[in-house]
Amino acid sequence: MDRELSLRAYHQMALIRLFEDKAGEQYGRGKIGGFLHLYIGEEACAVGAIAALRHEDYVITHYRDHGHALAKGCSARAVMAELYGKRTGVSKGLGGSMHLFCPENRLMGGYAIVGGHIPIGTGLALGIHKLGQDLVCVVFFGDGAVNEGEFHEALNMASVWKLPVVFFCENNLYAMGTEISRTSAVTEVYRRAEAYAIPGQRVDGMDVEAVYRATREAVARARDGGGPTLLEAMTYRFKGHSMADAVSYRTRDEEAEWRPRDPIPLFRERLLADGRATEEELTAIEQDVKAEVEDAVHFAEESPEPTMEDVLSSVYAPCRACSE
Amino acid sequence: MLITYREAIRQALRELLKDPTVFLMGEDIGAYGGAFAVTKGFLEEYGPERVMDTPISESGLVSAAIGAGMAGAHPVVEVMTINFTLLAFDALVNHAAKIHGMSGGRVNVPLILRTVTGSGNQLGAQHSQNIEGHYAMVPGLKVLAPATPADAKGLLLSALYEPNPVFIAEHFALYNTKGEVDEERAFVPINKASVLREGTDITLIAYSRMAIICMKAAELLAQDGISAEVLDMRTLRPLDLDTIFTSIAKTHYAVMVEETGKGTSIGGSLIAEVQEQIFDELKGPIRWVAGLPVPVPYNKTLEREAIPSPDSIARAAHELLKA
Repeated sequence: MDRELSLRAYHQMALIRLFEDKAGEQYGRGKIGGFLHLYIGEEACAVGAIAALRHEDYVITHYRDHGHALAKGCSARAVMAELYGKRTGVSKGLGGSMHLFCPENRLMGGYAIVGGHIPIGTGLALGIHKLGQDLVCVVFFGDGAVNEGEFHEALNMASVWKLPVVFFCENNLYAMGTEISRTSAVTEVYRRAEAYAIPGQRVDGMDVEAVYRATREAVARARDGGGPTLLEAMTYRFKGHSMADAVSYRTRDEEAEWRPRDPIPLFRERLLADGRATEEELTAIEQDVKAEVEDAVHFAEESPEPTMEDVLSSVYAPCRACSE
Repeated sequence: MLITYREAIRQALRELLKDPTVFLMGEDIGAYGGAFAVTKGFLEEYGPERVMDTPISESGLVSAAIGAGMAGAHPVVEVMTINFTLLAFDALVNHAAKIHGMSGGRVNVPLILRTVTGSGNQLGAQHSQNIEGHYAMVPGLKVLAPATPADAKGLLLSALYEPNPVFIAEHFALYNTKGEVDEERAFVPINKASVLREGTDITLIAYSRMAIICMKAAELLAQDGISAEVLDMRTLRPLDLDTIFTSIAKTHYAVMVEETGKGTSIGGSLIAEVQEQIFDELKGPIRWVAGLPVPVPYNKTLEREAIPSPDSIARAAHELLKA
């Protein structure tokens, strides 16, 4: 990554981390309802992968989606407002934490049926192909989703039709609370690519630049008509599956082993060590991010609630061209 | 022009394909010509980009159509039979039906899904369901079940203008039936029931093939001096209650007729709306003539007996009027 991109990536990772800390805090205070799945520890995945995309490229993701939304350029205000269920939220307060939609940034939603959105990602790429566009779609999913039938159907179709899509598996080792070795005959997810005659690659998901490089290569191939790629980023969820999770299924020793691999301090040290950034610059970013998150919370607090009329008018899109 | 239900659908698909963003996709719709020959010859005429054969992956292909629609293309999916749509139930119910609402109205899913419903060909329990009613329970979907060639064409033409997922159940036993169809673009609105036959004594309410069976029942009733009005619902979601209420306010008696068993259908919901909203117009209970709630049997005689017939419908009407 060059200096400019690096600073932007650092900003985004720091923003996601602080945003998630704040979201967890507000959840504890009862300001945010439902389920809340934090992305803490996995920031390098969304930020590194999305840094390899153009603004017009599509992203579709799972329910742990705050990081993808922020990395795709959705404002912290509108994402926080969505978590608060407010009308100014990215989905007007009707979607919630798991269903963030920013079509203007080509974030086509977070989805809460595990694996169900993977073939929709194939479909976005099918649409790109049919419309003759020079675009790519990245689909994010977890290691749990690869045992859903939709994973198989989506990768097979994408390969048969050589579609411009990158399948990005965030392998955090646990499907909710079940370790991957207890559920998957083949635990190296990237090897499944072989079954679909597409490239598969495993990358260090705690290294934002490694993620960026691998995704950039896959995206370039997809854009050039080379078809899909399966990427597997090895990462770790520092928090539980959701706020209700006491994390009884993994050891404190394992968690301690992953702590030093935290992607944010690692990237910070590298930027300072190779002179891409100064301490003052990074501190300034951290200050900016703090202000941005405080502002987002204030915005969400002050925003109006949606109305039942908003709900009723969003079941169907109005048919402007329908015949009488 | 007198054409078959199949030809009417073919004409509509040709109209749809004039839009360059439209493409057809489904299992065996191309080289094979479609399991019910609806797209026969289309691959040669339009090429593989417009007429796409897909893997046997119902969940995947319907989901792919959802995504393509979200990206601005306009997919027209054929799922070989309605029984197989259950493999895409997640795609349709959890995704297609929810995306507009849970995005706060910001993302549209323009998707047309055609599939084939019905029993009566000794195909066994897994190929003989009429489960369009399941989909008619789902907010976010529009569900159509045409009975005539004109409606099969007109509703499909209208579906192209819908920015919402539209589920169309075509009945296999109707593909070779003929009817008058306007050769010009004859749109049929997606929200209006039609009066297939006017009458004054009793209203028979049905959709898909049962609307045609009700026409035969109405002939039997006419022989006994009873004037039956036959309503074809055409659209199962949203329900056109106005047309139904108007008819019942005239006849004061009604029979709801469905090929599928009670509880897997939209008939119960319709009956509930009638009793709640226009109870005073009724001079007797609404009779509900439906298929038996069984896995449809293979045996030819038993299969026929498991669904309503002109006789059983006429008998129910007589019993209601005598009571």
